[in-house]
Amino acid sequence: MKRRAIRSEPLFFERNPRRVRRQGYLLPALDVPEVEPSEVLPPELVREPDPHFPDISEMEVVQHFHRLSQLNYAVDEGLYPLGSCTMKYNPRINEETARLPGFASLHPLQPQAQIQGALRLIWELEESLKTITGMPGATLQPAAGAHGEFTGILMIRKALATRGEKRDVVLAPDSAHGTNPATATFAGYRAQEIPSAEDGTVDLGALDRMMDETVAALMLTVPNTLGLFEHQILEIADLVHSRGGFIYMDGANLNSFVGRALPGLMGADAMHINLHKTFSTPHGGGGPGAGPVTVSEALLPHLPVPKVIRGNDGFELQWNDPASIGQMRGFYGNFLILVRALTYIWSLGAEGLRSTSDVAVLYANLVRHRLKGAYHLKFDAPSLHEVVFDDSIQTRYEVRNVDIAKRLLDYGFHPPTMSFPLVVHGALMIEPAESVAPEEVEAFCDAMLAIAKEAETDPGLVRSAPHDTPVGRVDEVRAARNLKVTWTPEDEGA
Amino acid sequence: MHPWVGAGLEDRLHILSELGLKSIDELFASIPEAVCIDGLDLPPARDEDWIRRALGDMASANVSMDSIPCFLGAGVYRHVRPSIVDAVLSRAEFFTSYTPYQPEISQGTLQVIFEFQTLISRLTGLDVANASLYDGATALVEAVLFSHRVLHGKRDLAVVAETVHPMYRRVLDTYTEAAGIEVVVVPPGTNGRLDPNIVREAAGDQACCVAVQSPNFLGIVEDLPQLAAAAHDSGALAVEVVTEAVSLGLLTGGGSFGFDVVCGEAQSFGVAPGFGGPHLGFFACAPKHLRQMPGRLAGETVDEDGTRAFCLTLSTREQHIRRAKATSNICTNQGLMALAATVWLEAMGGSGLRELATSCFARTEELKRRITAVGDSWRIAYPQSPTFNEFLLIGPASGTELVEQLASDGVLAGVPTTDWGGAWPDGLLVAVTECNSARDLDAFVAALENLS
Amino acid sequence: MTIPDDLKYARSHEWIKTEGNSVVVGISHYAQDQLGEVVYVELPEVGAAFDVGDELGTLESVKAVSEFLAPVAGEVLEVNTRLEDEPNLVNDDPYGDGWLVKLSGSAEDEELLDAAGYGEFLEQESA
Repeated sequence: MKRRAIRSEPLFFERNPRRVRRQGYLLPALDVPEVEPSEVLPPELVREPDPHFPDISEMEVVQHFHRLSQLNYAVDEGLYPLGSCTMKYNPRINEETARLPGFASLHPLQPQAQIQGALRLIWELEESLKTITGMPGATLQPAAGAHGEFTGILMIRKALATRGEKRDVVLAPDSAHGTNPATATFAGYRAQEIPSAEDGTVDLGALDRMMDETVAALMLTVPNTLGLFEHQILEIADLVHSRGGFIYMDGANLNSFVGRALPGLMGADAMHINLHKTFSTPHGGGGPGAGPVTVSEALLPHLPVPKVIRGNDGFELQWNDPASIGQMRGFYGNFLILVRALTYIWSLGAEGLRSTSDVAVLYANLVRHRLKGAYHLKFDAPSLHEVVFDDSIQTRYEVRNVDIAKRLLDYGFHPPTMSFPLVVHGALMIEPAESVAPEEVEAFCDAMLAIAKEAETDPGLVRSAPHDTPVGRVDEVRAARNLKVTWTPEDEGA
Repeated sequence: MHPWVGAGLEDRLHILSELGLKSIDELFASIPEAVCIDGLDLPPARDEDWIRRALGDMASANVSMDSIPCFLGAGVYRHVRPSIVDAVLSRAEFFTSYTPYQPEISQGTLQVIFEFQTLISRLTGLDVANASLYDGATALVEAVLFSHRVLHGKRDLAVVAETVHPMYRRVLDTYTEAAGIEVVVVPPGTNGRLDPNIVREAAGDQACCVAVQSPNFLGIVEDLPQLAAAAHDSGALAVEVVTEAVSLGLLTGGGSFGFDVVCGEAQSFGVAPGFGGPHLGFFACAPKHLRQMPGRLAGETVDEDGTRAFCLTLSTREQHIRRAKATSNICTNQGLMALAATVWLEAMGGSGLRELATSCFARTEELKRRITAVGDSWRIAYPQSPTFNEFLLIGPASGTELVEQLASDGVLAGVPTTDWGGAWPDGLLVAVTECNSARDLDAFVAALENLS
Repeated sequence: MTIPDDLKYARSHEWIKTEGNSVVVGISHYAQDQLGEVVYVELPEVGAAFDVGDELGTLESVKAVSEFLAPVAGEVLEVNTRLEDEPNLVNDDPYGDGWLVKLSGSAEDEELLDAAGYGEFLEQESA
């Protein structure tokens, strides 16, 4: 194991402790007369200088963030097999196109004639996503997947209201991501759980009992969070539609069938797509993402405003539409993220997109094949782009999934998703995605098998992991019990 | 085959034989035939040069804010972007990493969030701040829903100033309709400022919050201490919305005047205008309400050796644990944008931020002074009301017409209020920042004179 | 697993101790063990009324939130305010200093189990 010294990095507020005046950036010279603010503004509103907001030099800023960056693991470093996150390569060409001044330095309220290229890009991406999903409408406004879910549910609510109906319930499987019931509640519905059948998919019998005129929608992830395709999807959609409900599809797992199947043929009425998953836009340490929503004919009239319309003279923004649910966030969407997604789609083309799901599914099945036996597989049905093991073999030696995850850090890999979905206790959800070389997937499997052995022969080693990371196991209980979310001047004395 | 798909054709065959399969299609057997297609109706793969040309053409069909004197504001501002901001953002350890759920290998991201939270806290005057929200408009939405929760859902009315950005109010309407909250809009007085007595009346004893923007949509600075008092007299929470974050470099944040929430848009802190997104919402509140606060939160703790470390905390409020009872359904925040703001603010430093804000203010005062010398066809709508770096200008035609005419004279003069109507005249919202040199001001004034 | 004899138990893992016309409610040793280290306790307001089975409050650990339910119908007479600063009492002393709520009402419900009954119930649950 090779090592190098990494200094622990002080907080910005701990730098320059004597608070000497330094300069981090040279501002444009003031070429107009100075004005004393408190002579013009109400003096009680003018800020006093803050002695605890230091100044540091440019190199200090650079070194501070450089050292901080070295404490992070990232996709560029190695496999990041987080189930349901689709941690694929973030192409550098995306970063170039997103930084073109004609995109990055564009104000959203410039006159229409000055923004034709931007409007065109939005329109092109909408068209591409409509083709990829086989659905007739799209909005690119939502800022993230959860935001897209909310948008979709609101459109369903509006469609029902237009029909003169008001329904109270939204159904979601027990395996659903937490955003699903949270979204339903946020939209004023009561979220009801629908149980999974023995094989991990939706129990059609239960759906038959629960689907009635009080239910507005069924929220489904396809394939579900266990990586299993809802093989009865057509029966499910028919059942829900025939009783006046809608199908909301959570598109988090689109990477498993992009180019091979169409949600539009599955009966989806609204589906959100995570551009930061399937379409390679970077995760950024926690955003920004983008969650466009594609819709069926039934929901087409209710898309959010403003909409991009293509006319004879070019593109324009349409702000008013009484049938629309309204505006979901400021302006038009996370535009610079949209630029990256369109770059990705155009770069890959039809065959390239299809091969991503081919290899994503192939890799996940390779992992399944190699780890089966060493780790317990609760649902043995064929899975697509992700596979969910659990720690029930290892718990015999008092090693839990958390310990396995922390030990993986010592092998130089990011751990899989843990403890989700809730239907599998002690879950380890693994999604390799298609970007890495086969050797990287095999190395990950080698590491997992080694840890399974360690759990048997030296469980203490696994339980006390990680040993080779910038910090040891972090005390999350203490963080919650003794809440400290900012630096304060009192810390200076310590 | 494609560079972004890691397995070549032979790799795939090799893995298939290891799995005992003949073709990849067998792995997709669980998908019903009826929903499958042979392939997508999309063009073929494109190489990087093709991409550069195609995307470059689309970008060139736009007029960038840097290419002509620009005075646009109304929620998105052009400020300096130090080269180091983008350099730091481009580090793969920052932009290709995931949400820091494994703190042991995410201390970089977590410490940045902690520093961001502290910076926002110091600027707003409130002790706790979250790791960011989508944007200013949704931050306002979250503030209203937060106030509703804090008061246990017992008050269903929200009082919102008409001079809160009209677009923010439109977005708010979309959400309050679903939440069963009624919004009452209070217009400004003839001086473009809110009257605290009218606010007090509108809030009565029914409002869960009073939301005001300062500087407001017309660029005017509001009487924050009086407005906080008016809200509290009614038993409502006081919410300050900020759309031009740089104003906090010169103006005291509402927390110091008793506001319960200060929230808004931090795009001015080093985030590219980007045609409206991604931007950077922020949210700060008092510690007693911490458990009701939406969004992610980084906290300080130690590792098993007692070394200081950071981790996400209070996750139980969030959707992945609380599910149906979450405080919000936000999952992703704007992590990379928060990093941009942190780099920008730390490069500016306390003194630099103040100097930058003062520069914006001085240039705005200078432009206003010169405009009053131009002639009768132009006037400042609210000449007596204090502004920071934005003001409403009335001219010889509608705002939309003026903007087109001045643009053809080579100046992006402002955002027309023609489509953003309210208790104010139709004109141009003019924003001035440290990026507007004296020559820019010359060009602006010359363009006005040509049009008189 | 400690299961004191002088208490009654609900199937949702609350314990009940009779004190004159009122009862004291907490969660069992088994329950706090399942929950993990408690970081925050949300308690009801004094004076609020609850039916059997209503959610009285919540217990938060780092990764999960659990509700605790009213095992009897009654009004809240007192809550354990020490838990605000010392939520760990729920783990360290679940039957003593880690008590949660005092309710008016009685523990005469047939649905409640005695110590032996609760012990059997736990065995069945884990089978």
